[in-house]
Amino acid sequence: MPRTSSRARRRLRAWGPGLLLVSPSLILLGIFVYGFLGWNIRVSFTSWRGQTPVYDWVGTRNYTELFDNERFQIDVRNLAVFTVVFIGGSLLLGFLMAMLLEKGVRFEAFFRSVFLFPMAISFIATAIIWRWLLNNGSGPSTAGLNKLFDNIGLGFLFSDWHKTPSSWAIAAIALPAGWALSGYVMALFLAGLRAVPEELKEAARVDGAPERKVFWHVVRPMLLPVLMSAVVILAHISMKTFDLFYAIDQGNLRIDTPALYMWFTTFQPGFFARGATIATLLLFGIAAVIVPYIWWSVRTERRK
Amino acid sequence: MRTLAKTTRYLALFLLACFFLMPVYALLVTALKDPASVSVVRMWELPASFSMENFRIVWPDLREGFVNSLLLAVPASLISAMLGAANGFVLSKWRFPGADFVFPLILFGMFIPYQAILIPMYRTMQSANLVGGLDGLIIVHVIYGLPITTLIFRSYFTGLSDEVIEAAKVDGAGMLRTFFFVALPIAPPAFAVALIWQFTSAWNDFLFGVLLTSREFWPITVALNNIAGGQTVPFNQAMASALLASVPTLLVYILLGRFFMRGLMAGALKG
Repeated sequence: MPRTSSRARRRLRAWGPGLLLVSPSLILLGIFVYGFLGWNIRVSFTSWRGQTPVYDWVGTRNYTELFDNERFQIDVRNLAVFTVVFIGGSLLLGFLMAMLLEKGVRFEAFFRSVFLFPMAISFIATAIIWRWLLNNGSGPSTAGLNKLFDNIGLGFLFSDWHKTPSSWAIAAIALPAGWALSGYVMALFLAGLRAVPEELKEAARVDGAPERKVFWHVVRPMLLPVLMSAVVILAHISMKTFDLFYAIDQGNLRIDTPALYMWFTTFQPGFFARGATIATLLLFGIAAVIVPYIWWSVRTERRK
Repeated sequence: MRTLAKTTRYLALFLLACFFLMPVYALLVTALKDPASVSVVRMWELPASFSMENFRIVWPDLREGFVNSLLLAVPASLISAMLGAANGFVLSKWRFPGADFVFPLILFGMFIPYQAILIPMYRTMQSANLVGGLDGLIIVHVIYGLPITTLIFRSYFTGLSDEVIEAAKVDGAGMLRTFFFVALPIAPPAFAVALIWQFTSAWNDFLFGVLLTSREFWPITVALNNIAGGQTVPFNQAMASALLASVPTLLVYILLGRFFMRGLMAGALKG
């Protein structure tokens, strides 16, 4: 066996230093991502409550209690409404902006910058600006967007926004969230549209296809991966975002989501086990969209 | 027909631009008004005279947070960019068995909901005595920034031709020499992207900051939320604070927009 062992040693010498160089990062990520995720799941099966950790085993009790918990049920429903409105709205708006810019317009760089700049601003600052715009005062104290609508003669658009008693209050938060992120969707679609080879479109045109058909049969299939990326990114943002809601109106249960409930139940009254349970459910919710997505994109990359 | 379509397009773009700029207008107009003449009801009206008074009032309260965020974001982005460069290089050009398996595992770290690591992370930082100051927060930003910086550099180095690496190997250069003398010198664009991305996310982070720092080490977002988040805070001061707290990332966006864009695209994988 001396032969194989020397070959093994040679191979080790070839890739060993590389492995050594990345090992600090791999160990840190192993602990801080996978170790902590596992630890958190473990906490979700305990009765830990209060500042001293308790590592007993209560089975799935926290989960069944959570599903019966009225606030959590409201939160899940809120999250569902928010996700649909936010993703749908940002996709539509982002796609529209990309289509408007695609053919090249004058001042394109200006428009692109304007649509994209909210991405650079923190959700806390975004929330502080928008909490004033979403003011629901009426009569002489009308302010914010309502006042603006009033000024330009669109008074019928008046709304109580996130303070409305309707269960759609949470949908109002899709407005600042969409303001922040639809420019990003625009950028993704614009890159996707411009990546379609001009020759392909030209070939279809030569065959006598009208523009509508060129789009549907040539461009649309090539936009599918972009659409998928956009949906996945928006979906994971919508599930984990905390600060935007927190800074707009933190006491308002109508805009409460599991991410906020986790925060408020864990670090103030010290219901660590319940917080960990909510967090575990969030993790599985996000993993359900992210894991297939990563699997798919790594596979397509390998095929290239 | 043609001009009609064109006019509609420009009109639509103009209206959309108005929608995106409307909060900026409200922000500027309010922040620049004389504190005495501010009222929520008249928030859309232009100021009678420009005044910097609001900024002068809020700045003393924000300054500390502003400095803390700089002390946090600069080292956090430098360190995670450096580590990301090493990871990206190895994962694309000096692969070890299992590299294809490790990469998706690293990538997943980019998308996890931070709620799901918050309790263990807090406990660990507490027992390591890293809660309260900025060092714990820097460590956390470095670690959770690794997936994206690794991705950025991996994509970048994948574009580098294998022959260059092979030539270095033939000349007897080891992995470290190749990394430092062949890969790093051509990587400034990737560094720009990684640094901007990391700077922006450290600057804009709230969750880690509010959990891990005590009052004197609050990063700007936490300070901003505590100063301007309350219902009782004067509206003009809230707006002026939000504007001041956004200046650095806006500057990065305006001055280095191209790299900012590429960072965004990297976040979308192959988008």
